[in-house]
Amino acid sequence: MVGIDEQDVVARPGGAASPRRVQRVPMGLMIPAAAGLAFLVLPLAGLLIRAPWTTLPRRLTEPGVLTALRLSLQTATTATGVCLVLGVPLAWLLARVEFPGRRLVRALVTVPLVLPPVVGGVALLLAFGRNGLIGRWLDSTFGFTLPFTTAGVVVAEAFVAMPFLVIAVEGALRGADIRYEEAAATLGSDRWTTFIRVTLPLVAPGIAAGALLCWARALGEFGATITFAGNFPGRTQTMPLAVYLALETDLQAAIVLSLILLIVSVAILALLRDRWLTAP
Amino acid sequence: MIEGMRRPGPVVDAHIVVDRGTFRLDIRLRIESGEVVGLLGPNGAGKTTALRALAGLQPLTAGHVTLAGGDVDRPERRTWTPAERRPIGVVFQDYLLFPHLTAQDNVAFGPRRHGVDRRSARQLAADWLERVGLADRARLKPRQLSGGQAQRVALARALAVHPELLLLDEPLAALDARTRLDTRAALHRHLAEHPGASLLVTHDPLDALVLADRLVIVEAGHVVQEGDAATITAQPRTDYVARLVGLNLYRGTADGQTVRVGPDLALAVDDPLHGDAFVAFPPSAVALHSSRPHGSPRNTWPATITGLQRNGDNLRVQLAGPIGVAADVTPAAAANLELAPGQPVWVAVKATQTRAYPADVQPSAMTRDAR
Amino acid sequence: MSTPWVRTALAGLTALAVAGLAGCGGGSGSANSPSSASAGGKVTGKVTVFAAASLTESFTRIGRDFQAAHPGTKVTFSFAGSSDLATQINQGAPADVFASAAPANMKTVTDAGNGAGKPTTFVQNQLVIAVPKGNPKGIRRLSDLTRKGTKVALCAEQVPCGAAAKKALSSAGVKLRPVTQEQDVKAALSKVTLGEVDAALVYRTDTRSAAKDVQGIEFPESKNAINDYPIVVLKDAPNRAAAKAFVDYVLSAKGKAVLTRAGFQAP
Repeated sequence: MVGIDEQDVVARPGGAASPRRVQRVPMGLMIPAAAGLAFLVLPLAGLLIRAPWTTLPRRLTEPGVLTALRLSLQTATTATGVCLVLGVPLAWLLARVEFPGRRLVRALVTVPLVLPPVVGGVALLLAFGRNGLIGRWLDSTFGFTLPFTTAGVVVAEAFVAMPFLVIAVEGALRGADIRYEEAAATLGSDRWTTFIRVTLPLVAPGIAAGALLCWARALGEFGATITFAGNFPGRTQTMPLAVYLALETDLQAAIVLSLILLIVSVAILALLRDRWLTAP
Repeated sequence: MIEGMRRPGPVVDAHIVVDRGTFRLDIRLRIESGEVVGLLGPNGAGKTTALRALAGLQPLTAGHVTLAGGDVDRPERRTWTPAERRPIGVVFQDYLLFPHLTAQDNVAFGPRRHGVDRRSARQLAADWLERVGLADRARLKPRQLSGGQAQRVALARALAVHPELLLLDEPLAALDARTRLDTRAALHRHLAEHPGASLLVTHDPLDALVLADRLVIVEAGHVVQEGDAATITAQPRTDYVARLVGLNLYRGTADGQTVRVGPDLALAVDDPLHGDAFVAFPPSAVALHSSRPHGSPRNTWPATITGLQRNGDNLRVQLAGPIGVAADVTPAAAANLELAPGQPVWVAVKATQTRAYPADVQPSAMTRDAR
Repeated sequence: MSTPWVRTALAGLTALAVAGLAGCGGGSGSANSPSSASAGGKVTGKVTVFAAASLTESFTRIGRDFQAAHPGTKVTFSFAGSSDLATQINQGAPADVFASAAPANMKTVTDAGNGAGKPTTFVQNQLVIAVPKGNPKGIRRLSDLTRKGTKVALCAEQVPCGAAAKKALSSAGVKLRPVTQEQDVKAALSKVTLGEVDAALVYRTDTRSAAKDVQGIEFPESKNAINDYPIVVLKDAPNRAAAKAFVDYVLSAKGKAVLTRAGFQAP
C-alpha cells in the first residue's frame, strides 16, 4: 500500500520518459557497476564465443552427458533438501537463541566457505571416510561407507553449500520482526508451532533465496565432490567433474559441457527466482 | 479454556517489579472482572513494560503476577508461566497481524492453538469478524486492510481466545484522527461487552478517559495517581497529570489562603489550608493584559510570552516568569493584544478559579484507598 | 567456481606474474639480448619451466643443480597437470620449456606450432600397484585387485595414468571395476594414503615420494603401458638459449641420475 504510493511519487517527476532517470545515476556508481557486470559476464562471453555450437545438440544426446547432468541435478537438489532440513534450524538457533559461544559457532558455520573445496573433501574423508571419525563406526556397525557413492556426492555438496543457506536464513530471521512471534505466543502458540506457522512463512523469501544460492553452489561443486566421492560415471561423476576430465583431452568438449550446465542452471534459477522472490 | 480455573477475586493482582539497567518499574495493579483500567503515562514511564510483564513477554525481577487466582510469575518461588499458557489476549500497538494469513485465519489462529478444530475455528473467526463489522473482509490479507480495519481484526483476534485479561497497547495510536474517532467508539462497545478484565495502555488522555473505568497514572516507573476520571481531573498530583487534564499545577507551602509557590510569588486561593499543598487552575482562568491590571484579581505578575499554538478554537499561550504558566485566549483577544513570542505581558488569575489541596498523601496509600 | 577453474586461474596468474618478472628482467633475459647467449655458450637470465606435477621433486632438484652449474641463471617452475599446462601454453603463457607427463599433451602443444623442434623423451614412468604400507590385503598381482571387497582407485581414462592403466589391464586380460576414476595420479594415491581404497594403479615415482604411507608392487603387465615423458623448448621462449641449456642438462648424466633416484627409468 505504502510502497505503491512511494512509487507513484518517484515515478511522477520522471514520467514515462524513463531514460531521463538513468542519467540521474551518479557516475561514481555507474562506472564501477558496469565494470563489475563486465567482469562477471566477459568470461561467459569467452565461453560462448569459443563454443562449437554445431556439435552442441550431438553432445547433449551422448549418454554420458545426460547421465552426468541428471546426476548433477539430482544430487544438487537432494543436497539443498539436506541443507534446508539441517540449516534452517541451525540458522534459527543462531538468530534466536542466546547461548555461550554463539559467535564461535557462527564462525564455524562459515568454515566451508573459506576452506578450499579440495581440503573440504579431505576433511570429509577424515570424518566420514572408511577410516574417519564417524565413517569407521558407520563401516563397522552398518557396513556402509559414504565415499564413492552418490550419497557421498550429496554429503560433499551439502557441506560446501550449507553456509550459503544458513547465512541467508539467519539474515532473514534477524530481519524478521520478532514481535510476530510474541503475538503468536499470546494467542497460545508454543515455540515449535510458532516456528512452523509464523516464523517460517515470514522468512520464506529469505529461505527461498538461500535455497537457490545453496542449490547453485551445490550444482557447481567440484573439489570436495571429487576428493570425497571420487569420480565414477553414473554414480559420482557430476557435470563439473565431467567438464574437468573433458578438459584433460578436449577443450571444445569441456566448453560444450560447461555451456550445457550453465544453460540448464541459469534457466532453472531464473524460473524459480521469478516465482519465489518477486512475489510481494 | 480457563473456565475451570476461575476463582473469586480480582482477575489481575500484580506487583510488577522490573529492573532494566538504571530504570526500575515498580507498580501494583488490581483489575476486577468486567473492569477496564487505563494505564496512562508519558513515553518511557514503563507502561508497555508493565503490559509485557502481564502478558508473559517480560519476566519480573521481583514481585508477582497473579491471573485469575493463579500465580503466573513469582520470581521468589521460581514460578513462571509462558505467554502461550496465560489466559490473555493482546492487541499490539501496530496490531502485528500475521501478514501471510487472511483476516479470518488471523482470527482463527488463537482458537486453533487452543485445540479448536479447523472448521470450528474458521467459523468462530467468521463470527468474530462479523461482530467487528468485517464479515466482507475475511479473505483479505492484512496489507489489503485499512488501519481501522486492521485494528478491528486485531481486536477480534485477541478476543477470539476468550481471554480472562485483555491487554491493549496503544490500540488507537496508529490511526488518523477521523478513523480514531470511529474506532474508539467501536472499541468502547467491545470493551463494555468483554466479560473479563481489560488493561488499556495509552499516552492519550482522551482514549483513557473515554475507554477506561479507572485510571492508573505511571511516571518514571511508579504509580503517581490512581482513581476515576473525575477525581484525577479535579485534583491532579503531578505536572504531567495536570498538563494531561489541561491544568496549571504548582506545589508550594500553604498558609491559610495563600500558597507560596516561588521565592517571589504567593498565590491567593479560596480553599484555606496549611502545609505542603498543590494549587491548580485551568489555562482558561488566566487572563493576559498589556499593562498591570487594576481591580479584583489579586494574583498578578509580569511574564514573557515563550510560545503560541492553536488549541481548538482558542490560542494556547506559554508564558515564562516567576512560574511557568499556560493561558487560553480567544483569537480576537490575541489580535487585540498583538501577542507574539518575546513580548512582555501581565498575567492575572482570579482566586476563585484556583483549587488548592494538600500534597502529603502518599500514592501507595492512595492506591489502597482507591478500592 | 570450482577448483579446476580456480586452479587454472591461479596458474594463469602465476604465469602472468612470471611473465611480468621476465619482462622486467628483459634487459638481461630476453632471447635477443646478447647477454643470454654471449660468446662461449655462457647462459644467463631467467628460465621458466612448465613441468608435469609428477616431476615436482626431481625437477626442483635439477633446477638447483642447473643454477649452480650456470651462475647467473634463475629457473622458475610452474608445476601442474600436463593438460592444464598445455592449455596455458597454447593460450600464450610465456614459458621457455615444457616437460609433459604424456605424449598426448605434448602433441597438443606441438600441433599448435608452439614447439621449437622435436620433443625428446627424457624419462619413462611405469605403473605399480600402490597399497597401504604393510600390504594388509596381501595383494601380489594385478588379478588380486578383482577380489570381492577390494576397493581400487584408478585414474580417469582422460589422464595419462588412466590411459596407461587401461592398457595394462587389457593386456593382462583383467576386468576391473574401480570404485573411482580419479582426476590425477596424486588424487588416486591419496585415496590409498587415507585408507579409502585398498589399492590404486599409480606411477612408481609416486609410491617413492609417498614411501612413508604406501608401498609399490611391481607387476609384469606394466611393461605394456610405459609412459613417455617428452620435453621441448618452446617456440616463443623468451630465453631460448637458457631454455636449450636447461633441456640439455635434464638429458645429461647428472640430470638422469636425479630422475632415476626418483623412480623414473631411462627411455
